Formats: sequence, structure tokens, C-alpha cells
Amino acid sequence: MPKLSNMSYKNQRILIIFLFSLVPVVLLLTFSYLPVFKMFQYSFTSWNGLSKNMEYIGFDNYKTIFTKPEYFAVFKVSLYYFFATFVQMGLALYFATILSFNVRMKNWFKGILFFPTLLNGVAIGFIFLFFFKPEGTLNTILDLLGLGVLQQKWLLNPQLINISLAFASVWRYMGMNFIIFLGAISSIGSDIYEASEIDGANRWHQFRHIIIPSIKRILQLNLILAVSGAIGVFEIPYVMTGGSNGSGTFVIQTVDVAFKYSKLGLASAMAVILLGIVVLVTILQRILIKEEK
Amino acid sequence: MHTFKYNLAAVLKYISLVLGALMALIPIVVVFFASLKTNAEYASTGPLTLPENWLNFANYTKAFVDGNMLLGFMNTLIIVLISIAGATLTGSMMAYILARFKFRGSKALMGAFLLATLIPGVTTQVATFQIINALDLFNTRWAPILMYLGTDIIAVYIFMQFLDSISESLDESAMLDGASYWTIYWRIILPLLSPAIVTVIIVKGVNIYNDFYTPFLYMPKSSLQVVSTALFKFKGPYGSQWEVICAAIMIAIIPTLIAFVALQKYIYNGFAQGSVK
Repeated sequence: MPKLSNMSYKNQRILIIFLFSLVPVVLLLTFSYLPVFKMFQYSFTSWNGLSKNMEYIGFDNYKTIFTKPEYFAVFKVSLYYFFATFVQMGLALYFATILSFNVRMKNWFKGILFFPTLLNGVAIGFIFLFFFKPEGTLNTILDLLGLGVLQQKWLLNPQLINISLAFASVWRYMGMNFIIFLGAISSIGSDIYEASEIDGANRWHQFRHIIIPSIKRILQLNLILAVSGAIGVFEIPYVMTGGSNGSGTFVIQTVDVAFKYSKLGLASAMAVILLGIVVLVTILQRILIKEEK
Repeated sequence: MHTFKYNLAAVLKYISLVLGALMALIPIVVVFFASLKTNAEYASTGPLTLPENWLNFANYTKAFVDGNMLLGFMNTLIIVLISIAGATLTGSMMAYILARFKFRGSKALMGAFLLATLIPGVTTQVATFQIINALDLFNTRWAPILMYLGTDIIAVYIFMQFLDSISESLDESAMLDGASYWTIYWRIILPLLSPAIVTVIIVKGVNIYNDFYTPFLYMPKSSLQVVSTALFKFKGPYGSQWEVICAAIMIAIIPTLIAFVALQKYIYNGFAQGSVK
């Protein structure tokens, strides 16, 4: 092998561009683009994942999904998570705002609010199973506060189950939004606040007219990510309820259809639809943000 | 009047902060309490009752041994170390050529990485599974390792952002001394990137440690269990022994807690950098 430093910089450049991008590009193609391509291909077949020949059945899988209510109903579950995202972002924005000003024990509060985001998804599932158990934490706290009448079977009542699960999801991801907002708010120069104080602005004015406009893009981005996030919910309901009692999400259903019932073709079509929604939402976001500029 | 209003606002602010902190802590703290209780004690006391003996680690021993957690930690460690080392190398190499050389196709390459971030990981598992199978990697540690390596775009971003702040005149002066591009990358760029490397290690490390569905789908063999899947196995058979499950939860959380306390400063930066764009 020739010594690298003996080559001209022009040749070195070609060589190093090729060598440095080889592994990442191969991985990218194999694990990002090939699966998408294959997924489209499978979605037009009735393949079960094992047999040698795939039978092409056109758009039948898509028809099944859009006409059979049991496949489409899962999107209703996504709505719970979608609305929960607003609660999550509201809380995150509130805490990020007050913690970006002078507060005692600021770092402690920051740490505590952010910590749940770092936890293992399975552990969070278990923590909230324990939290929502009939004799669990939530019911005990309600009792302690004299609100015993509000006690519920949080995970057994079909009307409450998705709200309970969405709550666990808010608990898990609030810290992430919080830290992102905190970062964005802290990049606002302190001179702007000072100037506004001279003009007689109070905290609310500052929030409304300085903070919100400065972090608008991140706010929008998060709002739109909420859509794909709501459709992509998997771990918390899977660990906590296994998707029973009307808590199954689109991803749980896809995984079940593919790996439990071996309907790979159908599962692929579901995944294609999911991907379609996410891409659509992202394009929408790009357009919205461009218009803002 | 003004001061009264101001004080009231301050009081409300602190109340909301304390409530928020309690909300974040209580679900974890009660699990910690339960993990220190004996079976009889657990059955007879409420979740908010403090454990009688703060040093009752019997549940921890049981969870650790029964759940074969040591194996879980070993497998997780192997996967985390190899994936992170690989992701740091490939990510920084990719970022180096993209940030330093303007070549035909560099925009397209960047776009290809960007576009891939749009594809939500869980959706393509059905097809990815077939690829892993075809490569004969099902039920091996290489399945998750390759996937953690392959989808890493955040690392490229973080490195590229950081590379912008490293002056190109450093590269040029090294070239005057006759250094090859490899030498520049390996001796100059990589060491200077170390703050970004710490960030990438943390962001990646947290993701890999917490990931559930990748090991769950691709390494169902029990000898390959990681922390997540080991913990998941407690579901069902331990339904009547929540104190043991609680100990298992704590075993999975403690490493995160230690890492968080030790690396707090870097973690905040890392997540802010990694997630804004």
C-alpha cells in the first residue's frame, strides 16, 4: 500500500472522500433505504415472511386497512397522544420560562424535571403500572388528599386507559421538550430583557413578546413532530397493557400483524401508510416554516 | 400593593415548581420504597409508607439473580461500547469530509442522510427484519450494533456543527508541514472534536441503553438479553411479587442516575445540541 503522504493532495482527497464515506453510506443504504424499498414491495403481496414465492395482489392490503374498521380504529388512540403533546409542551414551556430567570435551587429543579426523560422505556412502563394499580400510588395519593371518591381502575376502564397511558407518555417526554425550550430561551440575549424592563414590560409581556417569538420555530417544529410522535407510540402501551382494552396503537398493531400473525404483506402496507403520514407532516412543516421567513 | 403582588407571584411560582418536581419524583420514589420492603410488609402497607428497614436488599439480590441482570448488563455494555466507538468514528469521518471538502455529490450525500431521519425507525422494522435475516444476523449481537451504527445522523450533525468552529487554517498549516488528510483528521480534528464526542457518546449511550424494541425483536435468545429485555421478562411471572419487580426497575435505573449526576453539564448541552436541528 502506498504511503498516503506521498500522494498528491488531489488524489488523497478522492481517496479519503471515498474511504470515509464508504461505511456510513453502505450502512445507510442497507438499513434505511433498502428497508423502505422492500417495504413498498412487500405491501403489494400477501407474503407471510417465510414462503419462497411472493404473490402480488395489487392494492388489496391497502383496501383491507382502509375498509376494515379494526385496522383503522387505532388512529383514534393516536388522538389521545396527540392532545397529550399539547399538555406536555405547555408544561415544558412554562417550566422552561420560569427556570430561565432567577430561581432558588434552579439546577435542582432543572435536574429533577429533566431526569425522567433519560429513563429506560421498559422501566417507565413498569413504574406507571405500579402507579396506576388499583392499590397503587395514584389511588393512595387521592385517598390521602381526601379525594377518595376519584379513585379509579385506571388501566381497566376502557374510557380512562388511553388517558392514563398518555399521562405516562407526558411524564416521560416533558423533560425533553423542557430542555430544548430551555436551551432556546437561554440563547436570547439578556440586553433584550433589560431594554424591555426599562420600557416597563412585566414578565408576561416579556414572555408574550420576547420569548414566544424567539422560540417560535422550535415550537412549530415540536408541534408538528407531535403528529408523527402520536402515531409512532409503541413502548409505553406495549409494556403496560400489551395493547389490550382498546389501547393498541398503530405501531403495536403493525408489529403484531407482522410477527404474531405472520401477515408481512399487510403489515408492510400499514407501515407504508404510517411512513406516508410522517412524510406528509414533514413536508407541511417545511412549507409552514418557509412561509414564516 | 406592588410588592404584595410580586410576592404572591413568587410563591405561586415556587409552588408550581415543587408540584412539578413532586410529580416527576413520586412515581420513582414509591418504586424505590417498595423495592426495600419484605413481601409481607409490601402486602400490608401502602405505596407511600416508608420501608421499615432501609437496608433490606433481599429483593435486589433476588431480582439480580433471577433476572440474570449481570448478563443483561454485560450484553448491554458490549453493544454500547462497540456501537458508540463505531458511531463516533464513522460519524466524525462523514462530518469531516462533508464539512471540509466541497465535492460533487456532497449535497446529495447530506440530503440522503437528512431524508433518512424522516423515516421513523419502528415503521421499517418489518422489512429490516428480513434484511437482518438474510445477512444471518438474527439472534446475534451484530444485529442491534449494525442498526445503531447505520441510522446515526444526529452524530454527523453534532460533529459538523462543531467542525465549523474549528478553524480551517489549522488544516492548512498542517498541510504546509506535509501532513496527509488522514493525519489531519486523526491527529488534529479528532482530538479537537472531543467535546462533541462526549456529547455523541451521551446521546447515543442513553438511546442504546434504553432501547427496547431492537433487542426485543432481533435478539430474543435469552443468552443475549440486554437490560431492557431482562427487565421486560419480569412482566407476568412476578405479578404477585411487585417488591421484586420494583427492585429490578431500580437496578435498571441506577446506572442512569449515576451517569446523570456525574455528567449533568454535558448531558444538558448534548440534548440541546442534538435535538434542536
